[in-house]
Amino acid sequence: MTLPKVWVFAEAEEGALTSATLELLTKAREIGEQVEAVYVGDDADALADLLGEYGASTVYAAATDGVLAGVVGAAALSKLVGEHNPDLVLFAQSYDGRDAIARLSARLDRPVLTNGASVDVGGDAATVGTAIFGGNTLVDTAFEGERPYLAAIRPKSFPAEPAGGSAAAVVAVDGLDLGRAGEAKVLDHHVEEREGPKLEEAPVVVSGGRGIGAAENYEPLVEELAKMLKGASGASRAIVDAGWVPYAKQVGQTGKTVKPKVYIALGISGATQHMVGMKSSDNIIAVNKDPEAPIFSVADLGIVGDVHKVVPQIIEALKAKA
Amino acid sequence: MNIAVCVKQIPDPAVPGELDPETKTLKRDGKLILDESDSFGVEMALQLAETAGGGDVTLVSLAPNDEVSGLRTALAMGAAKAVLVSDPAFLGSDALTTAKVIAKAVERVGDIDLVLTATESTDGYTGTVPAQVAELLGWPSLTFAKEVELADGTVKIQRQTEAGYDVVEASLPAVVSVTAGVVEPRYPSFKGIMAAKSKPVDTLTASDIGLDAGQVGWAGARQTITKVEAAPEREAGEKIEDDGEAYTRVVEYLEKVKVI
Repeated sequence: MTLPKVWVFAEAEEGALTSATLELLTKAREIGEQVEAVYVGDDADALADLLGEYGASTVYAAATDGVLAGVVGAAALSKLVGEHNPDLVLFAQSYDGRDAIARLSARLDRPVLTNGASVDVGGDAATVGTAIFGGNTLVDTAFEGERPYLAAIRPKSFPAEPAGGSAAAVVAVDGLDLGRAGEAKVLDHHVEEREGPKLEEAPVVVSGGRGIGAAENYEPLVEELAKMLKGASGASRAIVDAGWVPYAKQVGQTGKTVKPKVYIALGISGATQHMVGMKSSDNIIAVNKDPEAPIFSVADLGIVGDVHKVVPQIIEALKAKA
Repeated sequence: MNIAVCVKQIPDPAVPGELDPETKTLKRDGKLILDESDSFGVEMALQLAETAGGGDVTLVSLAPNDEVSGLRTALAMGAAKAVLVSDPAFLGSDALTTAKVIAKAVERVGDIDLVLTATESTDGYTGTVPAQVAELLGWPSLTFAKEVELADGTVKIQRQTEAGYDVVEASLPAVVSVTAGVVEPRYPSFKGIMAAKSKPVDTLTASDIGLDAGQVGWAGARQTITKVEAAPEREAGEKIEDDGEAYTRVVEYLEKVKVI
């Protein structure tokens, strides 16, 4: 079953569409007769080919003018919705996606469903599936009331597959009313050096928790092992809350979902908060000194031991092989 | 500098959650505590007010019952007063309804320069309330802040991005959402705990702030839970005690799955 018109709030980083955008477009093709994208940025022309290849026939593009993308996105969408009547708008559960869906929902007075792991259309109804209680329970929620329905979907929920369509037509959107929201200006972008892949894209993710003992142990244990495996480093909520690493590294319910080939949990007990973000990994290895730690209930290989001893040994062995 | 901090009282996350079999929503009828995520906003507000040389820090919260124990925790940290919008009609409220209540409560407190929130609650984690509140108030929103600085009628933040952070600035009044871990929440002192008992908690109903029961709670949510099912279980694999050689098993495993 399909809806007549599904829109995707498209996002790009460093000139390339995010993988979450491509995942949403792929899903939108499956559940929508017509797929269109809405984008905030000055480079829509350069992205039109790929947007089309993933199924968008049109991309409505608004310039940022230094304003936060989500703020402009919400203003653009609220204008476009009135003109084109989409049935469903999909957003990535990203920083800008969350700003956009939130402001749009207040502008249009529509509810939102967020943190989606699936979207289904059956008959006239659209439902969003979310995982709760550490991922051990799945809940489907159906939209009611007026369209468009607004949903934010967690990255890595669907595969991204091109369909071979021709370039999307670029339609400029202007004359937006941002109100005082437009006063929030981006003065500067600060790019932190990152070695290796992004957390959500990495084939190997090494995460640290309270069991690593102190903030200064994160680099030599977690980051070093991640580097040796050409992976990305992540964290449990406990050490993000403690200020040891930034929020962007958090894996779990209120952080990111990762599905790497191998997930290595170091000194992470495995609170439900964390499990929901990593238990779909292909392989899970855990090192924790508490034999009763819940993380062992999902680990393919569990080492009951001290991360301060075991991890340096692993790193040494990998160095010897390199 | 008058700051309103949005705080939520939630079931203790350490206790396994449960769904109400009737309504299929999270059971929140047990003891509620201050959401740890909100303690960062409270601490940030106290620090900003101190730096600005004064002003009130007011807590704003909503609940379907008169629960105040979580609010007392934040009052004990140093907030001056609290507004609790409490009404059985709020049962089942979604994020947008929550935002409507908070926006009305902020307007009612009046003379607020800055609203601080967490990025999402620990229990429901819809994660849209901060920007929804800003839109309803007609204020700028500066979201996912790692650092917050006030100067001369403006607020400047470092906003978390995938690549690092952006510096974002807006004039006041504004809404700022604060990521976890950016400040170290203070522990309430004994004196603070005693003082919190007599701090004012203004309890209001939906109609006090101009919302009718038909707009909030289940009636306002416009969504229905259609299915609840157990996720496929993941089997535990092998668990071994480190005897000094366990690292070799990890290396073997990594070889087996061909990541090295």
